[in-house]
Order: sequence, then C-alpha cells, then structure tokens
Amino acid sequence: MTSTPVVATQASTRSRALALIGGEATDANLRRYLHGIPGIDAVGLEQRAAALGTRSIKTSSKKRAIDTIIGLIDLTTLEGADTPGKVRSLVGKALTPDPVDPGCPRVAAVCVYGDMVPYAVEALGSAHAAGRDQGVSVASVATAFPSGRASLAVKLADVADAVAAGADEIDMVIDRGAFLSGRFGQVYDEIVAVKDACRRADGSVAHLKVILETGELGTYDNVRRASWLAILAGGDFIKTSTGKMQPAATLPVTLSMIEVVRDWHRLTGAKVGVKPAGGIRTSKDAIKYLVAVAETVGDEWLTPGLFRFGASSLLNDVLMQRQKMQGGHYSGPDYVTID
Amino acid sequence: MSFLDYAPAPESQALLHLRPEYGLFIDGEFVAGRGEPFPTINPATEKQLALIAHANAADVDTAVTAARRAYERRWSTLSGSDRGKYLFRIARLVQERARELAVAETLDNGKPITESRDVDIPLVAAWFFYYAGWADKLDHAGLGVDPAARGVAAQVIPWNFPLLMLAWKIAPALASGNTVVLKPAETTSLTALLFAEILQQAELPAGVVNIVTGGRETGQALVGHADVDLVAFTGSTGAGRAIARAVAGTDKKIILELGGKAANIVFDDAPIDQAIEGIVNGIFFNQGHVCCAGSRLLVQESIHDEVVDRLKRRLSTLRLGDPLDKNTDIGAINSADQLKRITELSAIGEEEGAERWSPDCELPENGFWFRPTIFTNVSTSHRIARDEVFGPVLSVLTFRTPEEAIAKANNTPYGLSAGIWSDKGSRVLAVADRLRAGVIWANTFNRFDPASPFGGYKESGYGREGGRHGLAAYLRPAGSAAVAAARHAVTVESGHPVKSPAARKKAAK
Repeated sequence: MTSTPVVATQASTRSRALALIGGEATDANLRRYLHGIPGIDAVGLEQRAAALGTRSIKTSSKKRAIDTIIGLIDLTTLEGADTPGKVRSLVGKALTPDPVDPGCPRVAAVCVYGDMVPYAVEALGSAHAAGRDQGVSVASVATAFPSGRASLAVKLADVADAVAAGADEIDMVIDRGAFLSGRFGQVYDEIVAVKDACRRADGSVAHLKVILETGELGTYDNVRRASWLAILAGGDFIKTSTGKMQPAATLPVTLSMIEVVRDWHRLTGAKVGVKPAGGIRTSKDAIKYLVAVAETVGDEWLTPGLFRFGASSLLNDVLMQRQKMQGGHYSGPDYVTID
Repeated sequence: MSFLDYAPAPESQALLHLRPEYGLFIDGEFVAGRGEPFPTINPATEKQLALIAHANAADVDTAVTAARRAYERRWSTLSGSDRGKYLFRIARLVQERARELAVAETLDNGKPITESRDVDIPLVAAWFFYYAGWADKLDHAGLGVDPAARGVAAQVIPWNFPLLMLAWKIAPALASGNTVVLKPAETTSLTALLFAEILQQAELPAGVVNIVTGGRETGQALVGHADVDLVAFTGSTGAGRAIARAVAGTDKKIILELGGKAANIVFDDAPIDQAIEGIVNGIFFNQGHVCCAGSRLLVQESIHDEVVDRLKRRLSTLRLGDPLDKNTDIGAINSADQLKRITELSAIGEEEGAERWSPDCELPENGFWFRPTIFTNVSTSHRIARDEVFGPVLSVLTFRTPEEAIAKANNTPYGLSAGIWSDKGSRVLAVADRLRAGVIWANTFNRFDPASPFGGYKESGYGREGGRHGLAAYLRPAGSAAVAAARHAVTVESGHPVKSPAARKKAAK
C-alpha cells in the first residue's frame, strides 16, 4: 500500500527491537524474550473468539460491514495453472467487483505469484496504487512460497524480482522448521533480510507481510511468539497462512495475532497490520473478523493499511449479500462474475 | 460513523405470549391466590409485564397438601425409569421452547438476551437431562442400595437466575423421588409459571410440582410448614440464617446456598488476555448478580498496573443497554431495591478511600441501571472488600506471595468460590488445595455443569447441589431407621399399602 521510504525508520525499528530483546538477535536472547511473553490459555481464547462471533451485525451496520470487507480483500489467485489471462481477469474483477453497480468499492489488492506481477501491473494500468492511497495494489508472494524451503539467496532473489516487476507488497513465509527447532535468530535475520530486499532503487520500500503459517506452528503460544518475532524483525503485517494447508485462518488464531498487534501498539505506538488468509469464505465469517478487530484493537484498524482478508471466493459471497441488501431478495451465483 | 456503532438488533418477542395475569400452580392447575396479586415489571423499562398471584399461608398449605398427596399416591409408586421419562420429557420441552423462555427471562430479570439464550436456558435443559439419567440409578448415588426419597421438598429460589435455580432445585428432587413446592423470587416469577405450563404439556402427574408465588411471608409459610420434609434455599446469608432458625428443632433436612465474596487470584505468570476476560466474566456476568461472582480481584503486585490498565480498556468496550438487544453485554439491575444497595455500598467504597472508576457509557432513562465499576486502592478492611455487593462492582486488591494470596482469599466469612490464574499447573493445584471455597476455577470463571457439585463453606451455606453429591440431600441413606419409618408412614397415611422399591423389583421378576 504505502511505500514509505525510509532507511532511517528501518534502522530505528531495528534498534528498538534490539533494545527490547536486550542485546543482539541471538537464539538465546530471542528465546528469553519470546518465552517471557504471557502465555495463552487455549480454552479461554477460543471462548472469547466464539463470544465475539455472536455479535449481531444487522441492517445499516451490515451494509457498512459488507462494503468495508470488499475494501479489505486481497483478491488472490495462487495456482500452478495461473496464466496472464487469468490474472487479467482477476484484475478486472478487482476493479469492478460488481459490474452492475459502479458504486461498489474496489478491493485492496490483487495477490499473485511473482512471475504474474508484470501482468497484474499492466492490467491495472492507471488504477495501480503504486504507493498512492487510491487504486488497487499488487501483492506478490515470495521467498519460495508456500514452503519456504529454499536458500536465503534464492528467497531474496525471488523478492527482489517481484519488487522490480512492480509489486507494492511482498507476502513472505517464515522458515517454520527453523522456528520450531528454536532457531529464532535465523527466522529473525531472514525477515530483516527480506525487508531489505523490499527496498526499491528510489529508496521506497514495498510493504512486507510475514506469513506465519499458523497451521504448522501447532500451539497458540507458538503463534503468539512467531507474531512477536515477525513484528520485532520489522514486518508491516502479520499474516496467518499461505492458504495451501489446513487449518488456515481461524478466528481464535487471528484474535491472538490481533492481541499482539494491540500490545505492540501499546508498547511502541507503532501500528502493524493483520491478514487472515485461507478459509474465510462467507460474509458472515468475515464480519466476525471485523468485530474481533474493532473490539480488540479499535476500529481505526479497519483500513487496508492495517487489515486485509486473503481470499478468493469470499468476494462473491459478499457481493451476493450486497445485492440482497440492496434489492431485498437473494440473487444467485450467476448474478456475480467468476474471475 | 464508527463500525462499533452496531445497529439495534433486538430479539423478537413474537414467540412469547404472556397472559395478563398468572395464578398459583397447585395440583396441576392454575388457581387464584388468596393474597393481593402484585405486578411483575421489566426492570429495563419499569413497565408491567403481568399480574402475579400472591399465595397466603392457606394457599401454601393447599400446595403442600397436594404435594404430599402426589408423593404418597403417585410419585413414590413410580419406578426410577418412569420418573426419568418425565424428566427427559421436561428437558426436551425446555429445549423446544428455549427461545421463548429466554425472552421471558430477559424481560423479567433484566439480563442480556445473549446470556439467557446461551447460558441460562441451555443449562436448564442440561440439568434436567443430567438428573433424568440419575432417576433409575439411585443405587449408585453412594447412599447404599435403595435409598429412599425424603418426601415433600420446600424450595425457595432467588431472582438472579430464576429458571436455572428452579432447575437446580426441581431436577434432583424429582429424580430422587420427592415432590416439590417451589417459591420463585418475588420479582422474577414469570419463567417459573411458564415452566408450570411445560409441566402440564409433559403431563407430569398433578401435585408433583407446585409453584406458589408471593413475597417473603409466602416463603416463610412454606419453609415453616409442618408437613415439609426438606427445605432447600438459595439466596442471601441473612435470609438463610432466618430459615435455619425457623427449621431448627424440627427433623427437616436443610440445604442452604448463600452469599459469597469470591477471590479471583491473578498471578504474574497468568495468560493475561484470558485472565482479563475471566475477571470481566467473573464480576460483570449477569450484572454481578451471581452468588459466586469474583468480586475481589487479588492481583500480584508486580502486574497490578498493567492488569488494571487492560481491564479498563476492556470495560470500555462493554455495551450497556436494552437487555433484549443481541449485542448487549450489561443489562439492567433486577430491582430498585438492589440498585439502591449497590449504589449505597459503592458510595461507602469511595468514602472509605478506594478509587472508583467506571467506563463512560450512557444509561437509559427508565429502568434500573448501574455502570460496571472497579475500585482500586482497596484494602481488606473496606466494606466493599467484605460485604457482598451483588452488583457489577469489582474491588481490586494486591498480594506479593502465594502465601499472602491464600491468606487474603480466605479472609472472608464466605467461602463459595474462587478463581486462580496462572500458567503453572503445580501452583494452581497447590493454591487450590488451601482455599476454603466450595468451587475453585483454574484459568476460567463462572463455568457451570450439572455433573459438578456446587456449594459453599462457612457463611456461604451447606449442602451441595449438582452432580452425584446433589442427590444426597434429597435421599435418606438405605437401611437407615428413618427409611423404614418413612415407608411405614407412607403406607399408613395413604390408607393403601405401597410396596417398597425392593418389593416392587421382586414383583417385577
């Protein structure tokens, strides 16, 4: 989204992180810090998430929520079978989600593989956000997505390639193997290196979303530690999942990440975004996430700079709900376009 | 406009058809009371919901007589599995009419619809299902083979969980073979009367459950009636004391479930976000009208400021208002009297030097409302740290060591419940061992289950409700002289012989 420059900011982020963990980003220092964070009681977290899910968002609130959701979607295609034509079609959908209603808001971004970035940029044309507050951004997954199993050099080249092709946002994956075996320093260094690789020739920096792949982390405590690690290392967003494995985003997992973002803001004043991805398919589900965000960290987080849905089929369900609210009757899958 | 300005989402009242006037439920029928009828109001609007009959001593006598007759002629002759069938039927009818009961409960009590819908009514059904299962398994209740019912149970319940407390009382009583005369609280009779309709639907034999509505003197007439065998009361410690006095010197069995001033102990290694939720749920659930509410927060000194800060932020997101709105977190205080008590005790808290804080939220014009309130700088000698407020008021105290936490938690005349928050299992167990409280929750609060016994130490009462233990009060141990005497009395009084359950079993073979 924003590609605020600023080597200085990055340097200060780094020194702040090092001050917090009390020394260099070694495994030992990071472990001491991450294991000092209060734990999560799984039953309690899930209860809280379920309670947030019972909020009843109706009538005018629902109308607003639906438009908000559309504006927060990273419309995604991440298939081996993707082609330039498929990406152009996706971009068309992103720009005009509902062909019969020009008042329908645009999505926040399209999310594609690195080699598809040039086609997305080209298809967006003047609607490409490219750092402006309007328009649609191009997000690219990188760092040997989805497994992350490649050498650092390959991962960095992957990132640099996507940034050079015009990606505004990079969705990287962390090395879950390193994280689970306690090599926190390696995970940290890799995120820092990727963040460096997000810098463009003009000094501006692509936005970095750090995918934790929470489905592979096993416990909420691990999700919380990985969230802190990603934020300490300079991630602009923390993202739940690649969408390539189950479970992907769940409300409790996302809530635990929102709580980290809230605590980080409380601690430093800095704002980090959250992106649940994978598995959110209905308006009803998406509204629960909006509620969780607004009631946990505040409704100022409901902006594309701080919250996104990584989704593909969600948009059509939201559009059908939108048509229903406007027309008073249910439409059907043939009244929304497939991308 | 903020996303958080949720549009009104009121639960529909269309399912609920209240009659303008309700009689007493005696011997399977609704009958007029001989006392002056009184209105029951919606505490959120102060509007009248219905006119409730007032039972005087003569009405109570009729009800007890009906219960005695039903016990002797019908209920005590049924097999356990047949009693169980009635209880299962009641449980299913409660589920079928759940939404209607939830709306009625919210209208009459003031609690948020989400609570009556998601907590109270599902638990009511769960209680009946649970004890339905016990009805033919009393041999395994730990009282020997063939324990006997006591006879007629007089039950008096409070206004904070009207239908749930009814279920806590009636389900074990019926499962163990007793008949019942129940008096609901004066301000919350409605759901008990809807429940009477359910009993008619279930075709429960007439007189097995009788419901007499009215005020304090109705309750006094009931517990003082010479022909009741057992008195079960849930309510304030003061009223419990009076009942214990009235029953003293008789052979009535008595169970009292009284007040509390529970400590919710938060150690510095607690899962902090869940602990905050637990504190909120502990004291602000049901507007704090919970006998086991976690009204004293004992927080380790090292994290006091952080906990208070997080708690204040969390309280600021609570929604107070129309209890029927599905997004309401804090409903109305049940009565003007209770509001007065909460207001007075809170004023005393301030006078005694504690620091008072409430989130900034608008209160509706009509009805009885009190903002969720926390007091910091509270010391153990303050009245708000000792008296049961029974409202949304939390006193925050600190401790430095586990030893001090235990000492402070136990330093109360009550002993109903307590909570412990810590990531360290060994500490949770060690502390729980030394707390003098009936129910201790670890890393949660205010969780109820029919399989778990509930009850207090010291001034919180005696006897246990729920679980296998909850049957003990309603049964005479097998083989005791009392059992033989009771069987003999039944045979003689009813004029025709009633076979003992053992004899019935033989006959069946």
